[in-house]
Amino acid sequence: MILNDIILGAMGVQTWTAIIVGLTFLLYIGVAIWARAGSTSEFYVAGGGVPPLLNGMATAADWMSAASFISMAGLISFMGYQGAQYLMGWTGGYVLLALLLAPYLRKFGKFTVPDFIGDRYYSQTARLVAVICAIFVSFTYIVGQMKGVGIAFSRFLEVDFAYGVMIGTGIVFFYAVLGGMKGITYTQVAQYCVLIFAYLVPAIFISIQMVGNPIPQLGFGGNLVDGSGPLLAKLDLLHTDLGFKEYTTSHTGKVNLFFVTAALMLGTAGLPHVIVRFFTVPKVRDARKSAGWALVFIALLYTTAPAVAAFARTNLLNTVNDKSYASMPAWFGNWEKTGLLKFEDKNGDGKIQYYNDKNATYVQAATSKGWKGNELTVDRDIMVLANPEIANLPAWVIALVVAGGLAAALSTAAGLLLVISSSISHDLLKNFLMPGITEKQELTYARITIGVAVVIAAYFGINPPGFVAQVVAWAFGLAAASFFPAILLGIFYKRMNMQGAVAGMIVGLLFTGTYIIYFKYGGGTADQWWFGISPEGIGTLGMIFNFIVALAVSSFTPPPPENIQNLVEEIRIPRGAGAPADHD
Amino acid sequence: MSDNRMQEYWSKNLRYLAILLVVWFAVSYGCGILFADALNNIQIGGFKLGFWFAQQGAIYVFVVLIFVYVRWMNKLDKEYGVDED
Repeated sequence: MILNDIILGAMGVQTWTAIIVGLTFLLYIGVAIWARAGSTSEFYVAGGGVPPLLNGMATAADWMSAASFISMAGLISFMGYQGAQYLMGWTGGYVLLALLLAPYLRKFGKFTVPDFIGDRYYSQTARLVAVICAIFVSFTYIVGQMKGVGIAFSRFLEVDFAYGVMIGTGIVFFYAVLGGMKGITYTQVAQYCVLIFAYLVPAIFISIQMVGNPIPQLGFGGNLVDGSGPLLAKLDLLHTDLGFKEYTTSHTGKVNLFFVTAALMLGTAGLPHVIVRFFTVPKVRDARKSAGWALVFIALLYTTAPAVAAFARTNLLNTVNDKSYASMPAWFGNWEKTGLLKFEDKNGDGKIQYYNDKNATYVQAATSKGWKGNELTVDRDIMVLANPEIANLPAWVIALVVAGGLAAALSTAAGLLLVISSSISHDLLKNFLMPGITEKQELTYARITIGVAVVIAAYFGINPPGFVAQVVAWAFGLAAASFFPAILLGIFYKRMNMQGAVAGMIVGLLFTGTYIIYFKYGGGTADQWWFGISPEGIGTLGMIFNFIVALAVSSFTPPPPENIQNLVEEIRIPRGAGAPADHD
Repeated sequence: MSDNRMQEYWSKNLRYLAILLVVWFAVSYGCGILFADALNNIQIGGFKLGFWFAQQGAIYVFVVLIFVYVRWMNKLDKEYGVDED
């Protein structure tokens, strides 16, 4: 049957998807078997022996999640200029990470972030708070990945969303348990290659198609091939014609944009699964360089995303607006089936009216044309996946995008699972509850933990609380408000003590968590936002509170002991960084 | 290494950080957010400049900043004999 299709050259998207996704999964499993871990050091930090370039690539895959791959361009295409908060937020944090955290944490040379917090603040309480933060942040984040996996599977392999999530978690479970950090790192290198290829190919195709330029980054500033002038100007015009705000300019307060961007940056720098990547390189010098490479690999996707967003938005508006429903191409019906695209013919004219029915002045004009409200609802998360279909690209490109989305989701999920498992087996069991366990037992517990964590993550993936990118944004806010100040002060302020750090972390986490829960679930409304800051941006304020509380409390409590002050001196210079070691 | 040399090394490190972070702030929060509206009056190719900084330019500068940092720090480490070779 498949062979027949190939011969006839008429192979459908579903067949292509099954083949490409199947091949990439085999690749990941093969890599995982080749690089499986034997010791705790290999399991947690890949034995500290990953070259900086590869580590950069793995970091990029680890960190570019389903949100980056599947959701981000979609969000930008609906937000326009404002989408810059994700672009700058999720790249700018790497500068902070490279300059302020990575080299010092590598020099410190233990396995986990709670290890650093626990040792630097000479306190099991601080370690426990850090463990709880790490688990909480990682779980919030992993839920978003699972939803991404579910979307990709449900649409393209036409399996139920829930089964999609289960298949995805099964795969992650397999290679995370087998390979630990070492397996995950090398799998992530493979996943990066798949995901970046999958992201760039359709972007290049569409860029050539729309503006005749093979480089999307330049293309979306170019002129449309149909001779109607610059793409972005055309897009601005399409937007204002339909009652939306201009695509390229800002139209809400700068305060919230500022805070959200900052929360994402500081969160990136505070995310335990990103930080732990810098424990896997051999030297301090490599940790610095590795952050640079990571950002290069990330920037490749992140500078393409806004181009994809602008192309997709233009294509969507041109394709659907005021066109008859019967004339819609096949992709339209396919996405309708998933329920992620909804058309409701409110005025019964058989045509699709897509416009901003929240804009009062525009609604008057629309009503006079016989329009009775916006008739099309588009889930933002489908934009990247639907984009190649909307642009009429060949079936194999569409299949490739699915494989890329899965690579992004799986690589991040694996990294997060590892943090959860090391937090529980290493930080919680080994350092708290059962200090006597052997390395082998610790490894077994680490593997069991991954299994349990995967099941919980799958449950929340099937019953997700919100858009993928929004869920992820929370994790960043929580990381910004809890870890970032504690680690930064731990390195740059020798006088910071246990009392200050613990108080700061607790205040930051509680404040940010409460704010998010109140406004997302507790019935809080946007007009009650403090200083107009949305729940996505509140982590920045939480971080400021953390800093204030930490500095205040430490100023009237005793300074840290001599040996801790020496430890701080020690991590400030690169010389003498050995392989990451277990506790003595 | 003597305490003095150590102090000197550390304060040079901090100076580098300050320079790089000022640039970091200027391109992202400055050009990309706070002054984006003003910069949008300048058109480069098909891009409004503020929009370009927010969605493209800032990211390119971020990459450059990290590699400049790597270069500066490697030199500094050698100068103070705290490099890893």
